[in-house]
Amino acid sequence: MEVLSLKVNGDTRCLAAAPQATLLEVLREELGLTGCKQGCDKGDCGACTVLLDGQPVLACLTLAALVQGREITTIEGLAPAHRRRCAESPCASKQDKLHPVQDAFDEAGALQCGFCQSGMILSATALLQRDDDPKRETIREALSGNLCRCTGYTQIIEAVERASDEHAGREHRPRAWEQPATEPAGEGES
Amino acid sequence: MRPFEMWEPSEVAQAVALLDSAHLAPGSRAPRLLAGGQDLLGELKDDLARPAALINLKGIAGLDEIEEVASGGQSPHALRIGSLVTLARIADNATLQERYPLLCAAAVSVGSPQIRSQATLGGNLCQRPRCIYYRNAAALCLKKGGRECFAEGGVNRHNAILGGGPSWIVHPSDLAPALVALDASVELTSPTGTRELSLADFFTLPADGDVLRENRLGPQEMITSLTLPAGGGMTGAMTEKATGGRSGDVRQVYMKFRERESFDFALVSVSMRVRVVDDRIRAARLVLGGVAPIPWRCLGAERLLADKPLEPQSFAAAAQVALAAAEPLEQNAYKVPLATTLIMRAGAALTAETR
Ligand SMILES: Cc1cc2nc3c(=O)[nH]c(=O)nc-3n(C[C@@H](O)[C@@H](O)[C@H](O)COP(=O)(O)OP(=O)(O)OC[C@H]3O[C@@H](n4cnc5c(N)ncnc54)[C@H](O)[C@@H]3O)c2cc1C
Ligand code: FES
Ligand code: FES
Repeated sequence: MEVLSLKVNGDTRCLAAAPQATLLEVLREELGLTGCKQGCDKGDCGACTVLLDGQPVLACLTLAALVQGREITTIEGLAPAHRRRCAESPCASKQDKLHPVQDAFDEAGALQCGFCQSGMILSATALLQRDDDPKRETIREALSGNLCRCTGYTQIIEAVERASDEHAGREHRPRAWEQPATEPAGEGES
Repeated sequence: MRPFEMWEPSEVAQAVALLDSAHLAPGSRAPRLLAGGQDLLGELKDDLARPAALINLKGIAGLDEIEEVASGGQSPHALRIGSLVTLARIADNATLQERYPLLCAAAVSVGSPQIRSQATLGGNLCQRPRCIYYRNAAALCLKKGGRECFAEGGVNRHNAILGGGPSWIVHPSDLAPALVALDASVELTSPTGTRELSLADFFTLPADGDVLRENRLGPQEMITSLTLPAGGGMTGAMTEKATGGRSGDVRQVYMKFRERESFDFALVSVSMRVRVVDDRIRAARLVLGGVAPIPWRCLGAERLLADKPLEPQSFAAAAQVALAAAEPLEQNAYKVPLATTLIMRAGAALTAETR
């Protein structure tokens, strides 16, 4: 066992862990951050996605001891960080409870069982940090490492579009079920 | 994962010194180099290796740079890529995108964005096979010191059609064939110094080398960098006279066919590069991935392409030559037409490029 000092969601957390402990194990079992999900535990599903210095990585393929000193963001940290930013901003019009990407997932109905959702939202958040108006193809690529076993991909992609529209102050694109009857619902893309 | 120690060298010399098994307590297993961990952690979880320690390379400064190296007036300069550069950075690097789009395309095709943010170049080239028998700890196959390649008479949909035997793995790396097509060389460092090998010579067939390994790395050696040659390489097959002194334009493409669209290893990949003067191909590189235990360079097809017109028929002929020696196993004959088609598609893409 070694004493690790991890920067998680803005706080420094000290804990004891073995050299072979993965970040996923430490987050869930030592720090109680169970929003980080264990699906396959071998890199295939993306349910364990967290942000490491803003980049999406797989917590199941990351050794906790080797990410000391780096900024780790889990799904639990998104809303508090957003509220802190709102509080600091003088022109904050509203102090939302959730991060805008979380709101967009909620509004777009982008979940069924929800198991993939933390990973999806973190991948989407990282995408929107570097591209605030991503094309559908870019969104698909950014989420390609996150598997949804309920296959709700259409709404998930719409949620990301919604979050980017909201952020840019653009009007929301119509959702699948709001589209005129002449277009086949859910098949808006080629 | 079973317990291991973590060793943290701060220099390459220390890292390779630590690979010396004399450091080990009696009876314990050889340490392993750890880069991004995207392959090695999977191996450890599956209990395919039981190293006493991991040697963390990420604390070593200077291994994560992409830099031009002065190359005696030749332009463009040679480019060196450190072994710890991540695949995300290779995919996004502006110089690489401009000069070696083939490499960037290969990098983007690896795994998912999450994997690419940690996966490194060195780790990609040294990753272990994905054969289902190799990855199953309960199957003591040839690759793990057993006596039989179970794929040969078993489930072999994903295995080799070229260069196979006695082991029929395919090399899983996407970057290896792309870099071979770019005439890259690899710098290896050991306690006795460094040596440089052409990347094509780095990989070994199971029949030629040690069946337990896929490359020529010595027991105390590591990859420190890759170099892409000055002037873009591929000059050997050209004569000043034939081209009137003009170097022409170089076109390149990476195409990968995988079972699943989101992300997957290659069933077949094609790395193709041609130098074109006056609508004729003057030199070519054609390297297949996913079909052999090494990145499979199609020398016969390359020779055939040199001095052929830049048109689809040339690539159709090259594809026939490239696959002529294929020896499919029971379940993987589909890879022959797949590779043939992919070569023709790559050729069509290069032909269609307008200048
Ligand atoms: C879900 C999933 C999908 C994947 N898909 C693809 C794919 O489509 N294409 C593909 O090419 N790969 C794929 N991979 C494999 C992926 O692990 C590698 O591409 C990755 O680049 C490995 O790099 P790493 O730095 O993480 O290596 P590590 O896991 O750290 O190391 C891999 C091996 O190389 C050795 N090593 C590392 N660095 C060096 C060095 N400098 N010198 C000598 N030896 C070294 C290690 O000892 C180890 O044996 C996938 C992996 C996963 C988990
Ligand atoms: S749990 Fe990490 S990728 Fe599936
Ligand atoms: S909503 Fe169930 S896995 Fe995506």
